[in-house]
Amino acid sequence: MAVFLFLSAAAALAEDYGDAIVSASIGDARNLIPLLASDVPSSEVAGLIFNGLVKYDKDVNLIGDLAESWEIRDHNLVIIFHLRKNVLWHDGHRFSAHDVEFTYQKLIDPKVKTPYGGDFERIKSLEVIDDYTVKVTYKEPFAPALSSWGMSVIPRHLLEREDLNTSRFSRHPIGTGPYKFKSWRTQEKIELVSNHGYFEHRPYIDRYIYRVIPDESTIFLELQTQGVDSAGLSPLQYTRQTDTPFFKKYYQKFRLPSFAYTYLGYNLRDPKFSDKRVRQALNYAVDKNEIIGIVLLGLGRVCTGPYLPDTWAYNPKVGPAAFDPQKARELLKEAGWADSDNDGWLDKEGKAFEFTIITNQGNEERLKVAQIIQRRLKDIGIKVSVRVSEWSVFLTENIDKRNFEAVLLGWALPREPDNYDIFHSSKTAEGQFNFVTYKNEEVDRLLTEGRRYFDVEKRKACYQRIHEILYEEQPYMFIYVPDGLSVLHSRFKGIRLAPIGIGYNFIDWWVPLAEQKYKVVNPNSKFKISN
Amino acid sequence: MLTYIVRRLLGIIPMLLGITVLSFLVIKLAPGKPVMLQYSLNPKISLEEIRRLEKLEGFDKPLHIQYLNWLKNLSRFNFGRSFSDGRPVTEKIIERLPVTLAINILSLLFIFAIALPWGIKCALKEGTFFDNASALTMFLLFAAPTFWLALLLMQLFCINLGLLPISGIASLDFEYFPWWKKLWDLGRHMFLPVLVSSLGGFAGVSRYMRSNMIEAMNQPYIYTARAKGLSEATVIYKHALRNAVLPIVTIIGLSIPGLLGGSIIFESIFAIPGIGRLFYEAATMRDLNLIMAEVVLVAILTMLGNLIADIAYAYVDPRIRYGKR
Repeated sequence: MAVFLFLSAAAALAEDYGDAIVSASIGDARNLIPLLASDVPSSEVAGLIFNGLVKYDKDVNLIGDLAESWEIRDHNLVIIFHLRKNVLWHDGHRFSAHDVEFTYQKLIDPKVKTPYGGDFERIKSLEVIDDYTVKVTYKEPFAPALSSWGMSVIPRHLLEREDLNTSRFSRHPIGTGPYKFKSWRTQEKIELVSNHGYFEHRPYIDRYIYRVIPDESTIFLELQTQGVDSAGLSPLQYTRQTDTPFFKKYYQKFRLPSFAYTYLGYNLRDPKFSDKRVRQALNYAVDKNEIIGIVLLGLGRVCTGPYLPDTWAYNPKVGPAAFDPQKARELLKEAGWADSDNDGWLDKEGKAFEFTIITNQGNEERLKVAQIIQRRLKDIGIKVSVRVSEWSVFLTENIDKRNFEAVLLGWALPREPDNYDIFHSSKTAEGQFNFVTYKNEEVDRLLTEGRRYFDVEKRKACYQRIHEILYEEQPYMFIYVPDGLSVLHSRFKGIRLAPIGIGYNFIDWWVPLAEQKYKVVNPNSKFKISN
Repeated sequence: MLTYIVRRLLGIIPMLLGITVLSFLVIKLAPGKPVMLQYSLNPKISLEEIRRLEKLEGFDKPLHIQYLNWLKNLSRFNFGRSFSDGRPVTEKIIERLPVTLAINILSLLFIFAIALPWGIKCALKEGTFFDNASALTMFLLFAAPTFWLALLLMQLFCINLGLLPISGIASLDFEYFPWWKKLWDLGRHMFLPVLVSSLGGFAGVSRYMRSNMIEAMNQPYIYTARAKGLSEATVIYKHALRNAVLPIVTIIGLSIPGLLGGSIIFESIFAIPGIGRLFYEAATMRDLNLIMAEVVLVAILTMLGNLIADIAYAYVDPRIRYGKR
């Protein structure tokens, strides 16, 4: 008994090294140079190979990554980063401030095909004070700047003489991160191995294998044979298909709010939607909980505004409006919409209230949401039709040209709350993101102010007020924040759920020796584990 | 014969030009621009950045200049770079070729190996229960949706029986295997994809073979052969079959462009990095250079396939000779 206790205590203390994690995803990475990639798979893989100067911790606060600390000076115009001194690139070269300077130069180089230059154009100058200190001076105070330094730093010594757009580095990256690149077979798999010299500590899991399986049913079959260790799930798979003894034994399931929301955007140039009372009425007429129950099988939460729930920018006092068709009818009546010809549809000045919701093809969830809205609005006498359009046509013909009445879409919820580009009235030109043409002077002012302070308390006041105004004014009908659903093989230990998700402490995950599945380390292979 | 081949080969060039002009126009006239799509609705990416990227790709130039630039590159066998990841189009295609070719050749061989004898058998038993049951089976296989069949077979072979791997073309530790184990591993991964991609193909070839055979069996020379007192086997396999198999040569020729084709459906289900998915993604991404490369490739192969079929036809059928009138 004593021996047993001793053994289990020892096992709980020591994390074992070894094993591999096989993660499945429907899409392959495109480019592992983080400056050039804009797709999710690329950022997922590159995120393990590279580091930025800053990163988000488990509670979605910015902390240092390659930067040990930073100072904000001269009325928020200057950021001085103090860099870590013990960081090596995977090829053994020492990381320094010159790499940061080089990354910045590439980001603002008009010849480099990077889409991320915007935030860095605001920099007046970037000086390397010494090998481990960088001074960044901005043209005007810009708080989101700090999070923009989460951009991965790329190695100057390897890329100085390369054309970044065509460099082979995009498929053979060398970074500073916890995992080193090993191989990439297009549309098949990407393999990474742990970096024993990683500046935080050596990751416990030796290999990371990113498998591309384009079909979701195939991923699910792979889970059933334990061929895949981690994958995303659909609500149906999460609630019904994984509720089996097999899954309970071999997998752990995770459910967390995802970083995105779904909304119905109105074209505010359309006279039908220009009256705030009409938009509020529509919000009362649609039962968001019903939508969540049907479309997400209950796995989501009602959205009240464009901020990540439970973060500082989110205003908890903005409660979702109740489902109240009666109130909706009253508001519409106030706005002049009544069924004067008794045909069952509301009308005003001889025209019936009808509009079309457009959404993109290939997203079943959105289509269902649109259909439920259609049904609920019919109850209060509004005739809605639903149209589905191919993504690129949808973007160029409908969104960019503002040729729509209402669109059902989603936005990602970034960790940095600044959403100037989406709600500021100066961002309504063709191709810009305020395509609903929302205009509110107070929101404009608060969006500008929110960017000027680095102090979270001051910013909080701005964004929480914007949240309130947006819900009152309803430029969008905010619908839901779906839950991110995933499974992970139960042999992985050390997972700690946090507001930011589960991946933040990946280097601390480990598998007890006895349960390790992938043990092959072939001495004949060309690859050597170096320290 | 030689002048005939040269003339046909030269004829490919104007045809190819026409095809590329039309395809280029169609792709360009379709709504949606490649650069914009890649970064669409990402609030971190500003409009100015997108305009700058479009300029870098040369999309701000007039259409005919864009086409002429493309043509100029093509004349140096340069298909350009893919917009989605900046890699040379040729490299992206070549990378996908081996697995696509392997599956297509194997399944083509499999189809002919099964469907030819089956078609002959049906012809010899014309109108019997066997013939009708065969027809029904073939059409069912032809009509069954690939994704459905694939998933059922995966459930059976991989999960219930546990005999085969579900997806991919090789095991995760493939590179550490000795060669014989590699071969075995590849075979296990290829089995279901080849099977599934063949099943639908039996119908066409076997029905074609059957009708050819029936036609041949009713020819006067068969009566002659029988009247001479030849054995039935000689009559069927020497006299009838030789003639019945001739049109099959055309089918083989026409299958050549198909060798490079792929099916987005079964490639997705089996997670095979084939050419079907490459071009499907190119189309949804409006990846112009990649789409144009595919158009050129398929056009050339189709025309060559036709030419080869015609030449082979002349070779096997002494009654046909080109270039002499």
